Parts: sequence; structure tokens; C-alpha cells
Amino acid sequence: MSLNEEKITCLNCPAGCRITVISDGEKIISFKGNNCPKGEKFVNDEMINPKRYILTSVYVNNGTMPLVSVKSTDTIPKDKIISLMEEIKKIKINAPVKVGDIIKENIYENINLVATRSIGLKGE
Amino acid sequence: MSSNVVVIGGGAAGLAAALKASEEKCDVTLIERDSDVGGVLNQCIHNGFGLDYFKKNLTGPEFKEKLKEKVLSKSNIKIKSGAFVHSVEKDKNIVFIDRNGVNNLKCDSLVITTGAKERPFTSLGISGKRLSGIYSAGLAQKFINMMNLRPGNSALIVGSGDIGLIMARRLTLEGVKVEGVIEIMPYPGGLQRNIKLCLEDFSIPLYLSRAVKYVDGDRRVNKIITTKVDDKFNHIGGDDITFNVDTLVSSVGLVPNVKPFEFLEHSAGFSTTNKNRTSENWIFSAGNSTVVFDLVDYVAQEGEKAGYMAALQAKNDLSPAGKIKLLPGKNIGILYPSYIEKDYESKIYLRARQPMEKGVLLIPELGIEKEFEDIKPSEMIKIKVPAFDKNTDRIEVNLNELK
Ligand SMILES: Cc1cc2nc3c(=O)[nH]c(=O)nc-3n(C[C@H](O)[C@H](O)[C@H](O)COP(=O)(O)OP(=O)(O)OC[C@H]3O[C@@H](n4cnc5c(N)ncnc54)[C@H](O)[C@@H]3O)c2cc1C
Repeated sequence: MSLNEEKITCLNCPAGCRITVISDGEKIISFKGNNCPKGEKFVNDEMINPKRYILTSVYVNNGTMPLVSVKSTDTIPKDKIISLMEEIKKIKINAPVKVGDIIKENIYENINLVATRSIGLKGE
Repeated sequence: MSSNVVVIGGGAAGLAAALKASEEKCDVTLIERDSDVGGVLNQCIHNGFGLDYFKKNLTGPEFKEKLKEKVLSKSNIKIKSGAFVHSVEKDKNIVFIDRNGVNNLKCDSLVITTGAKERPFTSLGISGKRLSGIYSAGLAQKFINMMNLRPGNSALIVGSGDIGLIMARRLTLEGVKVEGVIEIMPYPGGLQRNIKLCLEDFSIPLYLSRAVKYVDGDRRVNKIITTKVDDKFNHIGGDDITFNVDTLVSSVGLVPNVKPFEFLEHSAGFSTTNKNRTSENWIFSAGNSTVVFDLVDYVAQEGEKAGYMAALQAKNDLSPAGKIKLLPGKNIGILYPSYIEKDYESKIYLRARQPMEKGVLLIPELGIEKEFEDIKPSEMIKIKVPAFDKNTDRIEVNLNELK
């Protein structure tokens, strides 16, 4: 049985661990170089179904700013992101918004879209 | 008006400085020119912030909200937003302008955390007409992420720094066709993470050793002609690529904001000691106004230290120690801080001049020798140095490549 060795940069956080993955062609045998367990999950996802966060902004009515930044509460399969972005672009919410507020529930399976900043009411 | 400690600029560094000075029982006034604090964090809606400082992977705005909440909970911190500092006078008077007009504020010590600004595309001296459709990446980022404005329909990104890479993804997700990213250096300027997440995920090509030759159009950009360059950045003929786009987004680096405080010693940013002290004993600086940092965590930690030192200074508890010059030696591009006060520990940050698979960091005067792998100019190397007793007037830092 021949073993494959591959180096993958973990994209979970800016630490960017260089993970050495050893596999027998079908399944992964060992991981080396990741500083946290998220690295293993990342590599597993990356090989089968790569996932990413959605990080964008949505419209706010009557706010001190016209947009509020938002994120998905977990990673979403990469190939679903472009079509989800189309839906997210249609969302309009009313000010005020507080960081952590759910902007839209279950945008993908049980993953929500939440505000990542607070926006006050215009004129306050 | 008076305040023990004044902080100029309410980005991550300024917020952290205000917080620390307030914990040292000082009255603090934080002056910010925008309507809200947070600085560049407000427009960085992607994640990757706070892993060290908050032990969480946050987006830029979340990082700001967390810091801001702490600052707002302190009764001895006053925030003046929509207030622009016009000048600092040597008798410890701060002149700032807000909707009430011109104000004077006396202080015991000052922290300057004015961040960095983008180097404009025009600073590259590229020929072409004066056309619309040319934006710096940070401005494009502000347009899209905060103001709901779309800069164009198709774009070429010039410069592969992190802001350029992140904008390549943002523009793509917003429906702007990004035709490519060109970089004059033979290696990318941004983090590997951003090459993967922002370019490879969307099959956006990265062209290395390539520069803009000419920007053409009729009022608005419609064509960008690029050329291959050699290692001295001379144009090489025969391999031009023309991009038919209506927008040029430039990401050619940040420069520390030292205006209007040029009376303080500075090179690109303010020259400070490991206690964040500038050439004036009562003025401190931290964050991107000293050197452009990769990570907000470093900025906030340096901000905290500057706030702490400024508080000690305000209470007359900070001894004016002699300073030793820290000199960049072999293969060192950027080195921070500029000086060391030897009675206090230091965190030294540096950037390599070119990528290396393996290198050894040498500081002979302090007996430091440490190996690093996979060195890239885009990723800062940091090293802790304890307080020491040795008499020396200079300390040289070298990075030797190991083959
Ligand atoms: C596009 C981009 C992506 C980044 N990505 C990451 C990342 O993924 N992870 C990470 O950890 N870090 C990242 N960073 C780095 C990090 O965000 C910054 O290093 C950090 O936020 C800088 O903080 P600062 O306080 O030094 O400066 P700034 O945030 O620039 O704050 C300076 C403040 O001073 C104010 N000011 C300036 N002059 C005056 C004056 N005369 N009077 C009053 N106010 C004034 C400005 O309005 C501003 O609010 C990124 C940076 C950028 C630009």
C-alpha cells in the first residue's frame, strides 16, 4: 500500500497552520502540524466538500449607516454561496440593529445569518 | 478642558490604549474624527480578527463592538467623535475641531493612534489620462461594505496585498467581474490564506512580476495594458496583456499616518521605544501609526501597552530611561520598535526582505539565535526579549537564510 503525503494550509484562521496529511489514497491516516482540532475538520471538509463562511452586508432602512455587516453562524458548502448571496442581497431590515441579532434564520440548513455590528436609528 | 491622558484616533490601538489608561485610574479623552470609533475594523467585514486577543475568530466589526463595549463601560473615558485633531503643541495642549468649532484640551500625556492610510495609485507615476474608475482598495472596500455603492462592472486589481486580495473576493461576490490581480514582485504580497480564500476559490488569476504600462479610456477607464517586469522592475517587451475593464483597484500598500505630528521623530511611522514612547517623553504611539501590522491582535496589545505607559507618565511614575537603537541588519525589511529601553521587556516585530524556506534570526548583542521556517515578507516574525542589563548603544537584528 502506498501512502500519499500532502501539505494543506488551514484556512480557519490567520494562523494558517501548514498541515501535513498522510492518506492511503482513500482515507486519511494522520495529521501533523495543526495547532487545534479545527484543522482536522477543515482538511476533512476540504477533501470532500469545501466549506466557507458567508461574510457580507445587508440593507438597513432608517439607520445611521445604509448597510450592516453580517456573517453565517457556520461554514456553508462553497458551491452554495453564490446562489445564497443572491437571496441575501434581497434582504432589507429596519434599524436599530444590535451585534448578534439574527438577520435571517436557516439560510442553509440550521445556519443563521447574524449581524456583526450595531447600527443605530437615524437621527438618534 | 483637561484630561490626564488624551488618545488621538479610535481604532483598535486607540480603544485599547484608552481602556488600559482608564484602568490605571486616569481620566481619558479619546478623540476620533469619524462618527464612530473602530477605524479600519468597520470596513473589514471578513473574519480572522481577535484570535489572540479575544481567543475567538471574529469579523472586524465584531472585534470593534467588543472593545467598544468595554470602553463605554468605563466612566472615566470620554469619547469625542466627529472631532479632528488639528495640532499638538509642546506645552501639552491639543487643538481639535468639532461641530462646536476650535477646542483646546490640556493633558499630562498623549497617545497617538492615527493608523495608516493607503498609498494612492497616482504615487506609482504610471502614464495615462486622468480617468475615473480608479480606486484604492480600501476606498472600494468602504464603498461596498459600508456605503452600498458599486465601483464598476469589471475590474483589474493592481497589487496583491491583503486588502487587494480581499477586495477581489468581495467584488466577485457583489457581481463585479474581477479579471485578475497583478503584482510587480515575483511573490504575492498578501497572506497565503487570502490567496487561497479570495483568488483560488473563485479562479481569479494572479500574475506575478507584472506591472501596469498604460491606462486607457475616454473619461472612464476601459483598457489597462500590463507588461512583464524583470527583477529590477524594468518592463520586458513581448508579453503584454490587455485587460478590458472599467475599473482599476489599486492595493499598493499602507503608509502610517504621521500628519499633523511630523515634529516627532519618524521614518515611515513614528519612531518609538519598547515602551511606545516617541521622541517627546510625554507622547506615546502604537498600532499602524508606528508600523503597519498584519494582525489587529498585535495592534491592540501594543495599544494597551501605550495606554499603560501613558498613564504611568501622567502619574509621574515612568522613569526616563536611556534608549538603545535597534538596527535592521541583513535581510530585514521592517523592524519595530526603533529603540529599546533596557529596563523593560520588548516584543520585536520584523519582516523579511524576501521569502525563505528556513532562516535564523540573530541578535548577537543579546545572545539571541532562533530558527524560523517558511518565512514570508507578508507575515511578521515576532520575538520576545526580556529586560537586560548589558551596556551597548546599538542592537543589530539579522536574518540569515539557511539552505
Ligand atoms: C483590508 C484589511 C484587512 C485586514 N485583515 C485583517 C485580518 O484578517 N486579521 C487581523 O487581525 N487584522 C487584519 N487587518 C489589520 C487590522 O485591521 C489593523 O492593523 C488594525 O485594525 C489597525 O488599527 P489602528 O488602530 O492602528 O488604525 P485604524 O483602524 O486606522 O485607526 C486609526 C483611527 O484614527 C483616526 N484618526 C486619524 N487621524 C486623526 C486625527 N487627526 N484626529 C482624529 N482622529 C484621527 C481615524 O479616523 C481612525 O479611526 C486588516 C487590515 C486591513 C486594512
